Amino acid sequence: MNTLIYTSVLGFFCMVAEILNLRKLIVPIVVLGLAIIFGLNLLDWNLNKSFFNDMLRVDNFSVAFSGLAIFTSLLVLIMSGDYYQKEQGYISDFTAILVFILVGGLMMLSFANLTMLFLGVETLSIALYVMAGSRRFDIRSNEAGFKYFLMGSFASAFLLFGIALIFGTSGSFNIYTIAEYTANSQGNISPLFYTGMVMVIFAMLFKVSAAPFHFWAPDVYEGAPALITAYMSTLVKVVGFAALYKLLTVVFYYTSVKTGLILNFVAIATLIVGNLMALAQDNFKRLLAYSGISHAGYLMLLMMASHELPTGSLLFYGLGYVLSTLAAFAIAIPVFEAEGSENISAFNGLGKKNPILAAALSMAMLGLAGIPPFIGFLGKYYIFTESLQAGFFYTTLIAIICSIIGVYYYFKVIIAMYGKPGNDQKVSVSFTYALVLGLTLALSLYLGIRPGAIINIF
Amino acid sequence: MLSLLLLLIPLTFSIVIWFTKGMVSRAAALVGTIIQLAFTAYCYNVFLEAGNKPFEYIYQMAVKPNLVFHFSMDGISMLMVLLTNLLLPLIVLAGFSRYTDKANVFYSLMLLMQMALNGVFISFDAFGYYIFWELALIPIYFIAFIWGGQDRAAVTLKFFIYTLAGSLLMLFGFIYLYTYSPQNSLDWEVLRANPICSCEQGWIFWMLFAAFAIKIPIVPFHTWQPDTYKTAPTQGTMLLSGIMLKMGTYSLIRWLLPIVPDGFKEWQYVAITLSVIGVVYASVIAIMQRDIKKLLAYSSIAHVGLISAGVFTMSRVGLQGSLVQMFAHGVNVVGLFFCAEIIMNRTGSNQVEGIGGIRKIAPRFAGWFLVIVLASVALPLTNGFVGEFMLLYSVYGYNTWLSVFAGLTIILGAVYMFRMYQKVVLGEPMLENMQFEDLKWNEQLVLGIIGILIFALGVYPEPIFELTEPVLKTLTP
Repeated sequence: MNTLIYTSVLGFFCMVAEILNLRKLIVPIVVLGLAIIFGLNLLDWNLNKSFFNDMLRVDNFSVAFSGLAIFTSLLVLIMSGDYYQKEQGYISDFTAILVFILVGGLMMLSFANLTMLFLGVETLSIALYVMAGSRRFDIRSNEAGFKYFLMGSFASAFLLFGIALIFGTSGSFNIYTIAEYTANSQGNISPLFYTGMVMVIFAMLFKVSAAPFHFWAPDVYEGAPALITAYMSTLVKVVGFAALYKLLTVVFYYTSVKTGLILNFVAIATLIVGNLMALAQDNFKRLLAYSGISHAGYLMLLMMASHELPTGSLLFYGLGYVLSTLAAFAIAIPVFEAEGSENISAFNGLGKKNPILAAALSMAMLGLAGIPPFIGFLGKYYIFTESLQAGFFYTTLIAIICSIIGVYYYFKVIIAMYGKPGNDQKVSVSFTYALVLGLTLALSLYLGIRPGAIINIF
Repeated sequence: MLSLLLLLIPLTFSIVIWFTKGMVSRAAALVGTIIQLAFTAYCYNVFLEAGNKPFEYIYQMAVKPNLVFHFSMDGISMLMVLLTNLLLPLIVLAGFSRYTDKANVFYSLMLLMQMALNGVFISFDAFGYYIFWELALIPIYFIAFIWGGQDRAAVTLKFFIYTLAGSLLMLFGFIYLYTYSPQNSLDWEVLRANPICSCEQGWIFWMLFAAFAIKIPIVPFHTWQPDTYKTAPTQGTMLLSGIMLKMGTYSLIRWLLPIVPDGFKEWQYVAITLSVIGVVYASVIAIMQRDIKKLLAYSSIAHVGLISAGVFTMSRVGLQGSLVQMFAHGVNVVGLFFCAEIIMNRTGSNQVEGIGGIRKIAPRFAGWFLVIVLASVALPLTNGFVGEFMLLYSVYGYNTWLSVFAGLTIILGAVYMFRMYQKVVLGEPMLENMQFEDLKWNEQLVLGIIGILIFALGVYPEPIFELTEPVLKTLTP
């Protein structure tokens, strides 16, 4: 709870900082604040307490995933200082909104009440709609914001209606009460409950861009400013999956048998759509969007296997995905700015121009493709183990085949860097990007070799 | 601890070399590989005296799921480690007469690959084994891609995806074994002691076999190989053909045979037939080849086809012969590709036709080349003979007709190798103003060492038998 409140305070600080004439200090203070909150959050380990009439519950699950969410925001905000250098006039607004996205995420992680989940989803989404459209004079950014808003509000309506149906049948918003209700009235549950359950699950699947609810993702990712794309593709996905996982393992634990087929279908569809569509992409942000969809597919395997409670694997895979993706963006953003293009061809000849950056991006791509010794491989290894243990033989086989396809498109970037002649444009990274890059890659290598600290945390 | 050092020496040098420049890099690489070779010789002695005890090392990475690196050593592993660390200095030395762009990265990757190869050969837990198996792929991909020739992007990507596809199927098989093994362990001993129900061994066999067959390669999984061998820089080709494909044949013996014995028996006839088809098919294609490197690539397919056929007979002689032949083939194929490299560099032509007359200008080169060619067609008293004889004998014991076809390799091999030698080296020079400098010191050294190995093991293959016999006793009835 403290985490949530302090983060909100940090957001308000950003908004008033401009009045206090602290514009230059906003980013450093927010980064420092988030680092402190990250530490405070960890102090809540083993707290297991509920707050505000059981609206929020802080348990190890929420602490661990909040830690991941805060860490992600921290990395993105470190980069934001340089990214918004030319838009200093709006810096307080931008950082405030970025922090409020995190606030929404934190609510989604520690909710104990479905209304709180809805509030979290909305806080996060509305802030994201604004950020996606924050390049006011760029028509594609406008398109992204508008498209995301239209489709996202539709999903929110689904979520709200689903919650209403669940409330109507079970008589409570409290997730533990609902779980108790479903446990006690086996075989005697109104069909409306199931309708509500499916609607809630669909809404969450929309947020994590699982097929067939993924159509917004490539366009929005492409149009939104690159930093926001990085934020969306990491934080929102991880938080969305954690919330869905919490729904499946707490609220719908006794009834989710009925959704097995749906989740299975969604997992297979997401894997196939994400990987096949990514093959044809020339735009790097679209490529990462589809790659994000395919990673959602792997995470869907964990949702299917949620009866076995693979919480450690979820955290580990989420962390691996965040590290690799943010490393890729920390290189891509400066390259895009130098080249004036967001296509994969912008990386042409990077191997000659800046060998260190090229090597780092290769590592990030290998990590995303899931090749040892990077963290991405172990993440996949865990997922395949969990889903095989849960008995999903063919879906795991499809996932394995999809990860072979994945290599092709990740290697397109590597081939562009080393195999194609580039122009004379110099590319260099500023200190903050280099910091994020070093941190993410070092962690991804370290955890690829010593995963015990994360995987066996629960 | 010793096994850990086997990995750490190349890794350390790999990192150090990254920060050097130009000439220093390759010198450092040579020093590193020679130190590793000396250390391997020491390990060999320790192993002969004390067995596998000093090599045991277990590192538990995570508890649930159980991720373990288990390094150990037995005769087969020792043989492969010896081969790897013996060939690496030669491969590094082969690059001394030529300028390599970004040499520090090149040799750093090469040493990284050495570490991964050593890791593959000493891993006794399928998880750690898989990690090193994949790790070996990354450096060779970049070596072939960045320093490669024509069409390198497409060819090397095909190579990477092809081999990774196999590896992931193998991973699937291993995870399945893990899930259903009683102690949730992937340790070699445990998997061996508790084989999974024989009703499931059939498809698991194919999962693992896919990975190994692609790596070896066995026809029809070979389509990546000739182009990759041709495109990769010659040192990369040496790594690929000399050591990397031995990962596949080694794994047949180490993993496939002991942990899915019933599946192995069930599909034995298919695998052996495929292998023999590969022998004949690749030999015929090799006869038709005009490109020297591609000819050697197909000859390599033919040779390893016979090796895998020997393994799949499941007989002691077959396994023994395949191990001897793995060692011999590794040495010979490195020599052959090195000779091809010398020819291509000095004449600027990579065609079998249209060179000729090298013997008159460079007799020493022609002599060494002949020795290696003779070894590769398995002349008695060369290292190629011992293994090939045992392999053919084992196939004969399995099925007479198959052995007739497999025996064609001797004739066909002589046809394409001698035809190539004749057209390239003998006769009158056909290129105008051909300059062909005779061997430089480093080339002399490499070919000399290979020549010595060829005769030494041809006359006295006993050490290999002594090394591997105790292991094979436990693997075959």
